[in-house]
Amino acid sequence: MSTSRRDLLSQSGKWLFLTSAAQAALEFVLAGNAEAAPTYNMHTHWWAMTIDINKCIGCGNCVRACAEENGVPKGFFRTWIERYDVPSWEMEHPEVDSPNGGMDGFPEKPIKGKSFFVPKLCNHCAHSPCVQVCPVGATFETPDGLVLVDEKYCLGCRYCVQACPYGCRYINPKTNTVDKCTLCYHRISKGLTTACCEACPTGCRTLADLKNPKDPVHDFLRTNSIQVLKPQMATGSKVYYRGLDGSVR
Amino acid sequence: MQEAVHAVEGFLYPNEVELQWSILIVLYPYITGLVAGAFILASLERVFKVEAVKPTYRLALLTALAFLLVAPLPLQLHLGHPERSLEMYLTPHKSSAMAMFGFVYLWYLMVVLLLEIWLDYRKDIVQLSQTTKGPVRLIYKALTLGSSNVSPGALNADDRIGYIITVIGIPSAFLLHGYVGFIFGSIKANPWWSTPLMPIVFLFSAMVSGIAAVMMLYIVTTWLRKKPLDMRCVDTIAKYLFYAFVIDFSLEMLDLIHRIYEADESFHTLDFMVHTRLFLSQVILQIILGTGVPLACLAATQLWTFSEPVRRKLYFTSGLLTLIGIFAMRWNVVIGGQLFSKSFLGYTSYKMEFAHREGLLAAVALMILPFLLLWGLVKLLPPWSEHEAKA
Repeated sequence: MSTSRRDLLSQSGKWLFLTSAAQAALEFVLAGNAEAAPTYNMHTHWWAMTIDINKCIGCGNCVRACAEENGVPKGFFRTWIERYDVPSWEMEHPEVDSPNGGMDGFPEKPIKGKSFFVPKLCNHCAHSPCVQVCPVGATFETPDGLVLVDEKYCLGCRYCVQACPYGCRYINPKTNTVDKCTLCYHRISKGLTTACCEACPTGCRTLADLKNPKDPVHDFLRTNSIQVLKPQMATGSKVYYRGLDGSVR
Repeated sequence: MQEAVHAVEGFLYPNEVELQWSILIVLYPYITGLVAGAFILASLERVFKVEAVKPTYRLALLTALAFLLVAPLPLQLHLGHPERSLEMYLTPHKSSAMAMFGFVYLWYLMVVLLLEIWLDYRKDIVQLSQTTKGPVRLIYKALTLGSSNVSPGALNADDRIGYIITVIGIPSAFLLHGYVGFIFGSIKANPWWSTPLMPIVFLFSAMVSGIAAVMMLYIVTTWLRKKPLDMRCVDTIAKYLFYAFVIDFSLEMLDLIHRIYEADESFHTLDFMVHTRLFLSQVILQIILGTGVPLACLAATQLWTFSEPVRRKLYFTSGLLTLIGIFAMRWNVVIGGQLFSKSFLGYTSYKMEFAHREGLLAAVALMILPFLLLWGLVKLLPPWSEHEAKA
C-alpha cells in the first residue's frame, strides 16, 4: 500500500492539530452530514437564545442573514424586528411597526414616548403548542431543545400556525409545508452559532446552551432581569430577553 | 400578498398578513354540524319515541349520510399536501385534536350511520332486489350484503340492533361535533376561539342547523312531490328547533356576557372587530337575522295559534334564516378568529378568491354536492312510503 506525500501531510496535520474525535467529526462535516458526527451528541445540549433589548439597534442584519442563510421566501420571516414606540401614559397601546420585518432597517419617524427594538424568532418552546396540535407529528421537539418541522411529512394543514402565539410560522410557498426558524440547526450542530447571532453587530443576540455549565448564559440569566414573550401562555419559551418592556406583545 | 398588505390595519406580526384558513374551513364545521343535528333529529323518533317526527326519520338519516360523505372534502382541498392526508390514520399524533378527526369520522360513518341506515332499509333493499330489473337490481343485490332473510325474527333483530346503534350514535354525534368545537376551543393562542364553551356551543348550534335543515328538506321535498305536509310532524320539529335554539342562544349570550364583563387584554381588539369587520356577518346576519328573527318566529308559534299556511310560512322563514345564521356563526368563528393579530394591535381582511382551489366556486360546489348525493340516495333508498305521505 503506497501513501502519497499529500496524504501523509494531510494525515499528519490532522494528528498534530486535532484530537481523534474532532478528526472523525471533521470527516462528517466535510461530507455535509454533521448531525451524524460522533462529536455532536444531542443529549448533551439544550439550546436557547438570549436577546439584550438594550443592544438592538434595528439594523436588520440578523433578518437579512437569516433570509440568506436559510433561503426564506420573500414576504415571510424566520426572524424579524419590531420597533416599539410606547407613550408613557398609554402602555397598553404601543405603536409598533416592522416594515418588511425590519430587513431593511427602519425609516426615521417622530417618536412619541420610549422607543426600542424587539428582535423575534421562534421561541423553541419546551411545551410547544405547535407540536401539541400537529396531527401527524411533523413538527417535533428534538432532544437538544429545538422545535423543528419535517417538511417531507407535513400535511400543510396550518393548525400549528394557528396554535403558535408568537406568529413565528408560515407556509412556505415553494414546498406548501410549514416553515419556521430552526435555530440554524445545520450550523449549531457543527459548533457554529446561528446566522442571526453571527451577523449581529452589537452582540444583542447570543446562542446559548443551557446544558453547558460553562456557557455565559448562566451568568446572564442569574444577574439580569429576564423575561420571555407572553409568559401567560406557559409555553416554556427558550428565548430569554433582557430589558423587555411590559408593553411588548 | 401585495393585496393582503393593503388590507392590513395597525400592526400584525409579519407572518400574520396571510390568512391560514379559508371558506373551506368554514364549510367543515357547518357540514359536520348538519350531520350531527340531522342524526339527533332522527334519534328523537328512534330512541326518545317522538312518533310525530317519524316522517322525517329516514330523510334525516340520508341527509346526515349525504353531508357526512362530503365533510372531509373541504379539509382535503385545503391541505398543502392532500396526498399525505392518510398519514393521519397511519401515524396519528396522539396529542393532536385534529389527528382524531379521521377516527371520529370513520367511527361515525361506518359504525353509526351506514349500519343504522342499512338495518333500517334492509327489508326494503331485499324487496327491491327482487322486484327491480336491470343494473339497479344488481345494486340492490349488492346492498343486501348477501342477507335476504326478512323473517319477522330477523327484522326484529334488525330493529333491536338499530336501536342500540342509535343509542351509541347519539353520543357519537355529540362527539363528532363537540370535537370540532374542541379543535377551535383548545387553541390558547387565539382568544376568539379559546373557550371551554366552544364545543358545547358548536354542539347546540349543530343541533339547531341540522334540525332546521331536515325541516326545510321535508317541507321542500313534500312540496316537490305534491304531497300534503304532515303539520303535526313539522310542528313537533319546530318545537324541538325552538328548544335547541334557546339553549344555543343562551350559551352564546353567556360567552358574550362573560367576555364583556371580564374584558381581558384581547377584549378591545375583539370588540372593535365585531363593530367593524364582522359587523355584517356577526351583528346583522348571525345575531339579528340568523338568531333574533327565527327565535321570535318560533317563539310566536309556541305562544299563539296560527293557521296552517301561516305556520308553514313561519317555519320556512325560520328554517332558512337559521341555516344562514349558523353559517354566519361558523364564518365568524373561523374567519373572524383570523382577522386580528395575536399582538392585539392590528387587523387584516379576508379576500375570498373566486375560481381557486379554496375559492367561492369550490365552496359553492361543495355545498351543492351533498344535495346531489342526497338526491341519489333518495332515488336509491326512498325515505317515504305512500302510506306515510298520506298520513
